[in-house]
Amino acid sequence: MSDTGIGASVKRVEDLRFLTGNGNYTDDINRPGQSHAWLLRSPHAHAKINAIDTSKAEAAEGVLAVLTGADMAADGVGGLPCGWQIHSKDGEPMAEPAHPPLAVDKVRHVGDQVAIVIAETRDAARDAAELIEVDYTVLDAVTDMDTALAGKTLVHDDVPNNRCFDWEIGDKDAVDEAFAKADKVVSIDLSNNRLIPNAMEPRAAISDFDRTTGRYTLYTTTQNPHVIRLLMGAFVLQIPEHKLRVVAPDVGGGFGSKIFHYAEEAILTWAAAKVNRPIKWTAERTESFMTDAHGRDHETHAELALDGDGKFLGLRVATKANLGAYLSTFGSSVPTYLYATLLAGVYTTPAIYAEVQTVFTNTVPVDAYRGAGRPECTYLLERLVTKAARETGLDPAEIRKRNMIQPDQYPYQTPVALQYDCGDVPASFESALKAADYDGFEKRRADAEKNGKLRGIGISTYVEACGIAPSAVAGALGARAGLYESAQVRVHPTGSVTVYTGTHSHGQGHETTFAQLVSESFGIPADQVEVSHGDTDQVQFGMGTYGSRSLAVGGPAILKACNKVIDKAKKIAAHIMEADVSDIEFADGKFTVAGTDKEMAFGEVSLAAYVPHNYPIEEIEPGLDENAFYDPLNFSFPGGAHICEVEVDPDTGDVEVVNFTAVDDVGRVVNPMIVEGQVHGGLAQGVGQAVLEGCVYDDDGQLLTGSYMDYTMPRADDLPSFSVATQSVMGASNPLEVKGVGEVGAIGSPPAVINAILDALAPLGVEDISMPATSHKVWQAIQASSVRQAAE
Amino acid sequence: MYQFNYQKAGSQDDAVSAAGSAEDPKFLAGGMTLIPTLKQRLAQPSDLIDLSGIDGLAGVEDNGDSITIGAMTRHVDVANNDTVKSKIPALAHLASHIGDPQVRNRGTIGGSLANNDPAADYPAAVLGLNATVITNKREIAADDFFDGMFTTALEEDELITAVKFPVPDKAGYTKFPNPASRYALVGVMVAQTGGETRVAVTGAGQDGVFRASDIESALSGNWSADAAKGVKMSDADLNSDIHASAEYRAHLISVMASRAVEAAG
Amino acid sequence: MPTVSMTVNGKTVSADVEPRTLLVQYLREHLGLTGTHVGCDTSQCGACVVHMNGESLKSCTILAAQAEGADVTTIEGLANGDELHPMQEAFRENHGLQCGFCTPGMVMSALDLVQKNPDPSEREVREWLEGNLCRCTGYHNIVKSILAGAEALRG
Repeated sequence: MSDTGIGASVKRVEDLRFLTGNGNYTDDINRPGQSHAWLLRSPHAHAKINAIDTSKAEAAEGVLAVLTGADMAADGVGGLPCGWQIHSKDGEPMAEPAHPPLAVDKVRHVGDQVAIVIAETRDAARDAAELIEVDYTVLDAVTDMDTALAGKTLVHDDVPNNRCFDWEIGDKDAVDEAFAKADKVVSIDLSNNRLIPNAMEPRAAISDFDRTTGRYTLYTTTQNPHVIRLLMGAFVLQIPEHKLRVVAPDVGGGFGSKIFHYAEEAILTWAAAKVNRPIKWTAERTESFMTDAHGRDHETHAELALDGDGKFLGLRVATKANLGAYLSTFGSSVPTYLYATLLAGVYTTPAIYAEVQTVFTNTVPVDAYRGAGRPECTYLLERLVTKAARETGLDPAEIRKRNMIQPDQYPYQTPVALQYDCGDVPASFESALKAADYDGFEKRRADAEKNGKLRGIGISTYVEACGIAPSAVAGALGARAGLYESAQVRVHPTGSVTVYTGTHSHGQGHETTFAQLVSESFGIPADQVEVSHGDTDQVQFGMGTYGSRSLAVGGPAILKACNKVIDKAKKIAAHIMEADVSDIEFADGKFTVAGTDKEMAFGEVSLAAYVPHNYPIEEIEPGLDENAFYDPLNFSFPGGAHICEVEVDPDTGDVEVVNFTAVDDVGRVVNPMIVEGQVHGGLAQGVGQAVLEGCVYDDDGQLLTGSYMDYTMPRADDLPSFSVATQSVMGASNPLEVKGVGEVGAIGSPPAVINAILDALAPLGVEDISMPATSHKVWQAIQASSVRQAAE
Repeated sequence: MYQFNYQKAGSQDDAVSAAGSAEDPKFLAGGMTLIPTLKQRLAQPSDLIDLSGIDGLAGVEDNGDSITIGAMTRHVDVANNDTVKSKIPALAHLASHIGDPQVRNRGTIGGSLANNDPAADYPAAVLGLNATVITNKREIAADDFFDGMFTTALEEDELITAVKFPVPDKAGYTKFPNPASRYALVGVMVAQTGGETRVAVTGAGQDGVFRASDIESALSGNWSADAAKGVKMSDADLNSDIHASAEYRAHLISVMASRAVEAAG
Repeated sequence: MPTVSMTVNGKTVSADVEPRTLLVQYLREHLGLTGTHVGCDTSQCGACVVHMNGESLKSCTILAAQAEGADVTTIEGLANGDELHPMQEAFRENHGLQCGFCTPGMVMSALDLVQKNPDPSEREVREWLEGNLCRCTGYHNIVKSILAGAEALRG
């Protein structure tokens, strides 16, 4: 076995270029003859466009063209599509209002694109954009969901009450029955705060058009270049695949926000042919805040029915989810199938019913952000279960243990569609309790009190569904695409290997992890393997990277291709060593003939494949280059337990996260170093959601948190060092036995933090606090607390 | 940024005369606020007059019962200066917590004061320590210098050259940062100098830095953390925004003042 | 357009630029040194941190003209041929980077810390990084890397 195979903390191959300034991000690329674009964006949340006068801008120095939505419409450019169709309770398909890349008659959020200016330099384009005169009639804006649902102001004239759909899942009657026989009902109202993803690299694109071939090239900051090629080519610009190349070079973080097909990609590609020049556009951070799809933004009421022993009997959930001004690429799937199908959580709740209404508002579109639906679900469940513990007098750990799915219950069919294939959350939970010294907490609380601090501990136990997804299942649920993955494993004549994967790495370290898979499979060192991704001209096809799918779906595709290579190589080796193919064994990079001392190295066989002098040419073709598509059997189901400890300064409301323990079951671990890093990053985003981050709009639809001056990004001194560990049950639904690790940190952690804060504040009588629990909010909660009121 | 002319002044006189002949000039010191403002296209000066080439504007001078800090002295140099650290440690502490390390490597005391951001730290030091702002034309007492947010007593062609801080008997500065920008949500400088007690608050006031006379009275009779904390500040005229209500800021003023008293010893 | 000259990574360079050109634009667009990144427009993310005359600064918050005659070091100037600088090596050893976008600024900022404070505590490292944002790592391994890099540099 290779020592760079599965399970080794191989140092990342991508680091060398990133550490020396040799990364190749989109904005680092320059094309010969390149021009520059600036997008004029709406300053209004909601306004009618009466007229756009571009004449002064067109006359400005260095300007090549000024184009508007009317120009796009004249060219028959289509709208941006949504990739997932949801049906309402009554069977009606969701409302899909038009989404023109450049606004035509109306602007619907601050930042909506109104015109593009293309000029010799970016400054010249921006200078000229200020000369465009747009005659707007400003309309009332709706930003909150209840006002929107009242329907007085319509974001889209053809969508009554601004409701996109009204969806349900589960057995309503069974839930009503469960509540009828309950000894106790615990209810909760909560919000899942809107977040702004903030990958550190702002979105960027460069478009290029070759008039001689009619071929377009788009360099873009995307997590899934083939998906962009498909959506933009087929639905927006009507460019067939062979005439459109999409390249996603090094991408500086995505977290979901770079999945979607954005207007700028289509506008730039279309405009490149108009001006017959390459065009570069790079977002300023201010633009990122008002155009990158936001995440979360749910309002939920939920009720949990319990018997006298604290066993859960039924769960009833009603959620409103904000979609923003337009349907983003996967906006409809996030608050439905990625959310409510997990409402069983890690518990045996036998009856569950959920209904979800989605609402258009004059805000930035909302779509998947790290976790996508699963953090919203986990936050709801773990807040509700903790509240149930308090109301029943049970310890928060005990109430969970009484209701947890036990290892012998797998595969476990939940009442909300999913079948969990395997897992053992009780074991992760026990490990986490021990690692966090849960039993010793009261002493730490007492010590903190001596220093004038309120200390609290909070638990979250979770399961999530990732490795998206079995195509047939996804299709039945409304996905308009397959969700398999593809790989090509090209063995070169001298035995080194290039792997082409349809996934995309924007920080996850695929170039290292995937090389380890091949190293393991072929018994060659990982440095003999190069991983290529991101270019539709190189990679046959792919669905990209999101939903923690790359290793769980993309990995088995690589493994399948490797196995095809080995099968073929065995035939070559059998021919050369004059043995029957059934007697050929392959291990540690060597082909041997069973029972003999005959052997051939991997490189000798690959050379024979390309120099087929002594070769079974009638039976097999020369070459050693195989591709494979893999469609998963099921989602994979990571899970685990997160325990947080906080200290609150009662004088200021300041919350310090002092300890954070995570024990996660992510299935087989290929590179432990990378897995830990993924968990750390997810935890930081989860802690950020819980105490720091929150998007705020005013009533006029102006974004008040439009820069780092007002949107609180977690900084190094906001966070502790994390204690993370994996405790895995090998995955049951893919041959690598992996589950996915990209999102677990962000899914499990927010309720652990909030439960800890509420535990700290419990002696003061504080029973609820919303995310982000800023010092301001915590202080206000303390002021309003029952204990304080009683004392005054 | 919009287009502008860039000039580097070789002397104070050069700078003043360049400003006099420009349509809408701006002096450029460290640029830590000015450059971001220009990048956002929130200002459109015709000329930027860079002061970094003028000799003699940076450095700390020990005058015995006061110290003089040159206008172009960077925050990092105030924070690390031995004279400042020994004579007014509260001022060194304040300077060591302005912005981030890269801001402290560029930003200057003169630039910060001329800009008078309502959430900047230095205005609290100048007002709390009763410093004197020295310009190319005159000396301006702290109480006369600040004139509402982003506004000062400085005239168009007037340059800050130095700031003179009397050495206090005791002083302390504590700030509660805005979680996002890390500017002061509330920052309080408390000082006792020759029998006078001053308490200056930044970050909280609608008109920028101000003296908290209620806390000054409380501390005059009883220099203690409890005395400061016991003062219930009015929230009238305090800022209210998404990060903090006026009521919360009022409360934080007392808490920060009490912690500043503790730090002052 | 005025000519701006300076020394970058030991080499004398010169370019004609508009006065409104930022140092980071000068480095990226005129010298092709694209290792220095731009992640925000409010001088907070720190992806653009370089050294000028031996100290760290945000190259997005200084005009190229202000750097006339200065000695500038960027991330491209750290390694000695194929041999990484000890701080770069520490980031690699400790998985102190994921997407790599904030990394050049992190490394340059870290080097300014350790020249001022060769043996920083974990808390001091975290506070020093106030001007550097990272969205991938949760800072855990960045802090670990800087502590390891500082140790390596102490020898």
